[in-house]
Amino acid sequence: MAEPVFTYEAKGQVLVIHLPRELDHHNCRNLRYETDLLLAENYIRKMVFDFSRTEFMDSSGIGILLNRYKQMDRSGGEVAIYGAGPRILRVLTIGGIGKLVPRYDSKEAAIAE
Amino acid sequence: MGMDMEMAAKEKKREKETLRMELESRSENEEFARVAVAMFMSRMDPTMEEMEDVKTAVSEAVTNGVIHGYAGGEGIIYIEVTIEGRELAVVVKDTGAGIPDVKKAMEPMYTTDTTGERSGMGFSFMEAFMDQVEVVSAPGEGTRVTMRKQIGR
Repeated sequence: MAEPVFTYEAKGQVLVIHLPRELDHHNCRNLRYETDLLLAENYIRKMVFDFSRTEFMDSSGIGILLNRYKQMDRSGGEVAIYGAGPRILRVLTIGGIGKLVPRYDSKEAAIAE
Repeated sequence: MGMDMEMAAKEKKREKETLRMELESRSENEEFARVAVAMFMSRMDPTMEEMEDVKTAVSEAVTNGVIHGYAGGEGIIYIEVTIEGRELAVVVKDTGAGIPDVKKAMEPMYTTDTTGERSGMGFSFMEAFMDQVEVVSAPGEGTRVTMRKQIGR
């Protein structure tokens, strides 16, 4: 069986989503279905995206982040990211995510805040 | 050895070179396309950032072809990459649905997608990462995106 593209980790009411190396349209296809399922079955207050493995991202990545942000915002929840390198930061900034979603250096910081 | 030097001289004289690819419209090929273009342009001795910028722009154009041009169905995406001096030109073409209003499609955040998963920033990204983007499209005929970038400025 192929390795899952996204891996999920629950830390209390925080859902940590480990992103793949290449965050493009192809790899983003199942994220909505998977997160909808997890949100329906668990009380999630915060969603944390882990970019530490991610080397490539295009506007598909911006699309899924924006949609998760809107989804969490509607229920009074939060979204945070950590582990983004310079390339990913550049893409996040151009995509307008920089101002919307807080960035942290480590998973612990992203979860704790 | 004389032959080798002759060949090297001939190669040096050739100023323009082109890579042509035909890919089936499949989301798996988005990565293949951007990596192949990056590999080809590496002979221009680009910076990491220039290479990543081009990869992102190519990914956007090919994704548009897969999602909008052929709407997830069958079709061929044509890619032509030309190196001429310091200029890189990438043409991504499909013969799919075409765009009724190109100006509108190129507006930031405009999307026909109803799932909410698409940002509508595909063309904005191409424009942000390349120097020049030209889109020619007609409904029923397909779309041709031409992107240019100076490498090593």
